[in-house]
Amino acid sequence: MATPTHLSARDIEELGEELDRLRAEILASRGEDDARYIRRVIAAQRGLEAGGRAMMFASLLPPAWLAGTAMLAVAKILENMEIGHNVLHGQWDWMRDPDIHSTTWEWDSASPAAQWKYSHNYVHHTYTNVVGRDRDLGYSILRVTPEQPWHLVHMAQPLYNLALAVVFEWGIALYDVEIEKVWRREKDLDQTLNQFGSALKKVGRQGMKDYVVFPLLAGPAFLPVLLGNLTANVTRNIWAHTVIFCGHFPDGTTTFTEEEIEGESRGEWYLRQLLGSANISGPAALHLLSGNLSHQIEHHLFPDLPSNRYGQIAPRVRHPPTRPPVPRRVRGAGSRTEPGATRVPSRRSPGGEPSASPCGDSPWLPQRAMPADRPAAYGGGCERTREVRLPGVAEGHRTGGAGRCRGCAGGTASGRSRSARHRVSDRGLLQRHPGQVLPTGPRRDRDGAGGGPRNAAG
Amino acid sequence: MLHIRPLLGAVAGSMTSPLRPDDYRATINPLWSRRRLSGRVEAVVPETSDTSTVVVRPGVGWRGGLAGQHVSVGVSIEGVWHRRTFSLSSPPHRPDGLIAITVKARPDGLVSRHIVHALRPGQTVRLGPPTGRFVLPDELPAQLLFVTAGSGITPVMSMLRHLAESRQMPDVMLAHSARNASEVIFGEELRRMAAQLPALRLYEHHTRSAVGRPVARLTMRALSAICNDIPERMTWVCGPPGLVDDAESYWRESGISDRLLTERFQPAARPGGGQGGRVRFVRSGRETTASAGTPLLAAGEEAGVIMPTGCRMGACHSCLVPLAGGQVRDLRTGDEHDTPGDLIQTCVSVPVGDVDIDL
Repeated sequence: MATPTHLSARDIEELGEELDRLRAEILASRGEDDARYIRRVIAAQRGLEAGGRAMMFASLLPPAWLAGTAMLAVAKILENMEIGHNVLHGQWDWMRDPDIHSTTWEWDSASPAAQWKYSHNYVHHTYTNVVGRDRDLGYSILRVTPEQPWHLVHMAQPLYNLALAVVFEWGIALYDVEIEKVWRREKDLDQTLNQFGSALKKVGRQGMKDYVVFPLLAGPAFLPVLLGNLTANVTRNIWAHTVIFCGHFPDGTTTFTEEEIEGESRGEWYLRQLLGSANISGPAALHLLSGNLSHQIEHHLFPDLPSNRYGQIAPRVRHPPTRPPVPRRVRGAGSRTEPGATRVPSRRSPGGEPSASPCGDSPWLPQRAMPADRPAAYGGGCERTREVRLPGVAEGHRTGGAGRCRGCAGGTASGRSRSARHRVSDRGLLQRHPGQVLPTGPRRDRDGAGGGPRNAAG
Repeated sequence: MLHIRPLLGAVAGSMTSPLRPDDYRATINPLWSRRRLSGRVEAVVPETSDTSTVVVRPGVGWRGGLAGQHVSVGVSIEGVWHRRTFSLSSPPHRPDGLIAITVKARPDGLVSRHIVHALRPGQTVRLGPPTGRFVLPDELPAQLLFVTAGSGITPVMSMLRHLAESRQMPDVMLAHSARNASEVIFGEELRRMAAQLPALRLYEHHTRSAVGRPVARLTMRALSAICNDIPERMTWVCGPPGLVDDAESYWRESGISDRLLTERFQPAARPGGGQGGRVRFVRSGRETTASAGTPLLAAGEEAGVIMPTGCRMGACHSCLVPLAGGQVRDLRTGDEHDTPGDLIQTCVSVPVGDVDIDL
């Protein structure tokens, strides 16, 4: 795995076991409070939506239009982020409630749930940040990392990224059909047309509701209602786009190649999720409205744990009990610059510094936009002006004057323990028994190539 | 004007899309849902030390049923919905519109213990439609025999109450077996009915003597000594497997099996044990065997079944399929699932004995 990590293979397996234990603990503690939480969020969302739409019938009065539109926008954001996304992940399947279940849920988005579950739950969450596999890396149209090949069209990507934000739900619906794969003859045309058909049907129903039925029902208020619904949809689109781009594309998140994830173990999968995601800190309302994707790291580690628990486990993911706490920066939502404003412009030109190191700053990155808020304990947050120490690591990651980490800029762990990792099946988790320690094999990282001397415990 | 209702329905449907208008109704009050039948607990009345009757006001979708039928009842325990089937003990069409189930708490029964000891008035339960053929025929026979043991009295109680209400009680013999007089569910009501209705004859068999020593269990051979016209009677038997098996063989030997209706409270045990087992894919008609360590996904794919699949590590929930029968274990948690209809993650579930998969 081409991570700038200074963790040994043993460290990584221990990390995996620790996170498995954390997961088991949360699974065992799910109960009535969690069930009540999601039922309340759903009830509140439906109340907001009904109230907003009712309010908009009086939208010839500007304050009513404003209030109605705002309520509807918040309802749509809640529906997509905290409810739809998370229910479709199967986070609430444990309740065995057929009305709140990943197999029966349909959401207020242009993309049909079935298609989205495939492209998101399976492709994106399994191959997170793997260039060529994770289609969410720039959604096939944006170049967000230098590992992606450059085309002339990328020169215009700051412009069309803005357009994408506005029409995000339609973009996702189209994207989930994977039309570009037909071009490359990787996908059957009939199947694609079928998917396209069901996406069109869903798009039709969605458009009918917001742009025909409700405006018509409002009679004289036809135009204000139509504009209110449009505003609510666009607001939701921009919000979803922002949250998602902040989750994976900030500088400091890492991308991977297909060969790097070959034979990946459970621990390495966890580590990739840690390195490929970034959190956003902020008030409780931000967490709720982002569908707790502000805890993107926790979500990627445990995509099917109930979202209301991510905040609770976040401190333990950052400071696992067996590792001493590491000084870290907590970054407020106010200081977050959307990666759309940093990485998207910066990757429009060919080449570019590989950002595989979390220390790899973009020259375009404004000084105030710091690397992502990630758990340094796992080797993720190698930030400027900071020294990261792991237990027993004699020489930590030193930061250089230009904001580059000298310790990890050149050395990656890709050569380390490859032979050992290849012995682990690609079904990692299932092939192993609890407590089984993986063979570590020859440890080339001991000689320092992997980013400094290793700790004795490794 | 003829098509005004479907038109209104279509408009309402497009207003709430992708949800249904029913989802909004159910959010305000679960009893208003026609699609997801629910009920509200009105009272929980203790019958014996370990048995309670739960009186429920059913929601708008409830459609009566027949005396003796059973319903699927869903209760939420620690946030998780559990469904079990219970016989109705109330007669159909009570004037107050309420229905009742009577549940005996089994020592290891999560759901039955919850219903008897933890369910409170005001809580919502989910209901299924009444089903089952353990009912009275449209045309009542002149002579009836009911043989019950323990909580097997519940569907028969529904029939007896129905017969008593309709004031046309035929010649009925009820033989009921219980540990002792105080353990007879509905004991007082049964004795009162027998005293008031000359057509009803009640025989109580107690399996513990006055000093608590076990006495012989109720058998058909013993019963035939007390009720000498068994072959003439249309008979209903409900109770533990031993009682039902005994009745079935008695009626088979007498060559009058068509005059016997039985209902079992416990499904036949599934062989196989903890050593994996036979995996049958019901709809695709394929069958294979899997060890206790082989995920059902791998077993199914090996057998050529088109399995929905995703991450293969229990994270993405792309592989959910309904369990049709048997028991599976979650490799990660060790949790066991054995409720038909439960959706299981095939990539991390292994068979515990023989299982049927609805695929």
